[in-house]
Amino acid sequence: MEFGPHFLLATLEGALTAAVLALTAVGLSVVFGIMRVVNVAHGEFFMLGAVIAWFVSTLVGVHPAIGFALALVAAPVAVGALAIVADRLVLRRLNYDPERTIVATIGLLYCIQQLTLMTFGPDARPVVPPFNQRIALPWFEFGEQGLQVIWPWGFGITTYKLAVIAFAVIILVGLWQFLARSRFGLVMRATQLDREMAQAFGIPIDRVYGLVFGLGAGLAALGAVLIVPIRQAHYLMGHEPLLLSFIVVIIGGLGSIPGTIIAAVLIGLSDGIISVFFSPTLAKIIATLLVAFVLVFRPQGLFGLRSA
Amino acid sequence: MIRPSRDVSLHAGVLAALLLLFFVTSAYHNGNLARIMVLAVFAMGYNFLFGYTGLLSLGHALFFSAGMYGLGISMNHLDMTVLPAFGMGILASLAVTGAIGFLALRTSGVAFMIVTLMFAQAGYLTILLFGKYTRGDEGFVIQQAERTLFGIDLTDPTNRYFAAFALFAVSYLFIAWAVRTSFGRCLVAIRENEARARMLGYDTARHKYLALLASGVLSGASGAGYALLFGYAGATFASVQYSILPLLWVLLGGAGTTIGPLVGTAFAFYLVDVSSEFTSAYLLVVGATIVFLTLFFPQGLSGELRRRLAPWLP
Amino acid sequence: MASVSLLETRQVCKNFGGLDALVNVDFDLPGGQVRALIGPNGAGKSTLVGTICGRIKPTSGSILFDGQEITQMATHRRICLGIAYTFQITSVFSRLTAFENVALGVRRIHGNRRHKVRGLVMEALERVNIADLARQRAGDLSYGHQRLLEIAMGLGQSPVLFIMDEPTQGLSEGEIEGFKELIRSLSGQTTILLIEHNMNVVMETAQYITVLNSGSVLAEGTGDEMRRNKQVQAAYLGRN
Repeated sequence: MEFGPHFLLATLEGALTAAVLALTAVGLSVVFGIMRVVNVAHGEFFMLGAVIAWFVSTLVGVHPAIGFALALVAAPVAVGALAIVADRLVLRRLNYDPERTIVATIGLLYCIQQLTLMTFGPDARPVVPPFNQRIALPWFEFGEQGLQVIWPWGFGITTYKLAVIAFAVIILVGLWQFLARSRFGLVMRATQLDREMAQAFGIPIDRVYGLVFGLGAGLAALGAVLIVPIRQAHYLMGHEPLLLSFIVVIIGGLGSIPGTIIAAVLIGLSDGIISVFFSPTLAKIIATLLVAFVLVFRPQGLFGLRSA
Repeated sequence: MIRPSRDVSLHAGVLAALLLLFFVTSAYHNGNLARIMVLAVFAMGYNFLFGYTGLLSLGHALFFSAGMYGLGISMNHLDMTVLPAFGMGILASLAVTGAIGFLALRTSGVAFMIVTLMFAQAGYLTILLFGKYTRGDEGFVIQQAERTLFGIDLTDPTNRYFAAFALFAVSYLFIAWAVRTSFGRCLVAIRENEARARMLGYDTARHKYLALLASGVLSGASGAGYALLFGYAGATFASVQYSILPLLWVLLGGAGTTIGPLVGTAFAFYLVDVSSEFTSAYLLVVGATIVFLTLFFPQGLSGELRRRLAPWLP
Repeated sequence: MASVSLLETRQVCKNFGGLDALVNVDFDLPGGQVRALIGPNGAGKSTLVGTICGRIKPTSGSILFDGQEITQMATHRRICLGIAYTFQITSVFSRLTAFENVALGVRRIHGNRRHKVRGLVMEALERVNIADLARQRAGDLSYGHQRLLEIAMGLGQSPVLFIMDEPTQGLSEGEIEGFKELIRSLSGQTTILLIEHNMNVVMETAQYITVLNSGSVLAEGTGDEMRRNKQVQAAYLGRN
């Protein structure tokens, strides 16, 4: 393939990564923004989403599309419920102390990972996508006969990948509207601004925190369900989304949702493009160093206005 | 007031007990103890920064592996003998700590944790990127024949035990001494209230930097010692897990105590050792222990001991 | 010259996001004097001492200590020149013992000489009458004792200039008497700058008074002069 089509393909793959990453990272960002908790187990919630999707779609042995649709609802709800339990049993008892919650969520990470290994096993397992047509993409070129339309071999994308991107955009817009307009969104923002004041106004802080933690975990699980037909479910798959979400949340400005989404698109695209043309390892080194330097020299993030 | 005699007798007792254990316990436990002593040096380095200075790093695997690869690469690729190679390990960890400390200490709290985590991750990936020399996750073996110091074969279990003991004893005595100096006391003051420490005329930025350097070099010495005594260096030792382990050991044993890191390392080692006899899911035990300790024993084993029985514990 | 200034501020201004906290403050403090800095709430007293000890960077102007320009100097280096500062809001190391709290300041000067440090710490604690509490955790002390410990932490550093921000706040009658006694015993050796609301303490201990109002110096003089000053009465004393 020529450079042009190759580049476009890398961009499309990058957009796919960005879409799933945006969902996962927004989950982490909401939790940090409102609860000031750095959830190290966030990647495990992602992994659980993928694993539950596998269980649901395998157990419901009708049509892949029905099983998948069921998983799309069941996995985020189940993971969110688990997160609410974790919040109640662990985080609340630590009084959301920033450092102790980090250590505790590290412990949760190991527990979830090991329990998954014991039940789900060490193998990577695929989930059948609900639909998966291949669309060949055209490319335009100036040849001897002027502008030409050509169809480079291997140049295409599947309908499922396009649907994931579209679905993620819909969810994110919906979430944004929900946080901006709904009563719960208002309550969340009030809690974020001033915890004591919100409490004084009768907002049940404990319940809000539990729901926020559940929402964050549910978003990660949703991202995982979407990606699992493309990349298989595996008990160690949580590491990379955790790291990438961290990177995105920090570059986007801790706790800022629009910043997080912009950063997810930026990181997803550049990760896709750098990985295709250079080594994926180098891409990750650059991204992690970028995060470190952003935190050192611009702690409010590249796009954030609030200080962290 | 703290009577120095009690401190000194505690330190002497710990070291004497470790010497005695060699003659009392089986070869299997001797092997374990050698490993524990080397890793306890890592935990002590971590504790110096976390327990005494109050800085929680999530990137100490990088300092450990800098020492490990500093020695390993010097021996395998530059054909150095043990002593200069160990020096290279120390130097490598000093350089890495120096550079990262300069940047990371501009931040504090959660930002410091994430910055150190990110630098360590970049370091881990760099080790993978240069797989030609580091052999990546697979790692490389340091030949048995080369692991001799002053004609002593360090692969022999007895010699290995005493080499590990020597490394441990030097580090332990250094820490025991350092925390009693005015420098060490100032670190505690920084942990408790940095702004107030500055108002007492201490250059807290310089103190924190020096504490990080000492912490990084001890971690590097442990990494170099581990590669030397157990003959292996691999990228796993640079992964996030090895940044979290010293934190776990210190939390288990008791942050801000001199014997805490040793107690915690030994406890965690045997926790894994014993639980892996019953179950392959030892990580579950580790994870549950972390959650349990953060919830109910935030001060660790020695910390509880100090709180309940012996407030003088250094 | 009879009195060389130990501390001078020249045209010091401080602006907090559009709000003028200090406007062209010229302030001279001769060595050996006990000076009180008074003024209504929000007059800029704490801001002024904040710029002197380095907690607050002035927007413009300069500060000289012992003839040396210290405007840009880092906080800890100013303290090393011999400035001690006690916090308005009690700020002791609550998990350390009272002894250790004072020892931290003493050790910066005398290093690891254990007997010397011990002697100086106990002396400082005795001067504020809390030597018997040396082994207690600072956080377990009563509020008044924590205030006294704060003063002992300053004394332990044998300062050239001792700045105290509302030291008698929260002290009992008896403790205030002891405090006045302490200031009298220090006067002559140590230069003292006292921010104080208790007029009784000010009149009995300070040799000279500076009145700050709305971020600038309203008047300066002895206690009697201030008592008679119409402007001061209007701005401050009249309200008492």
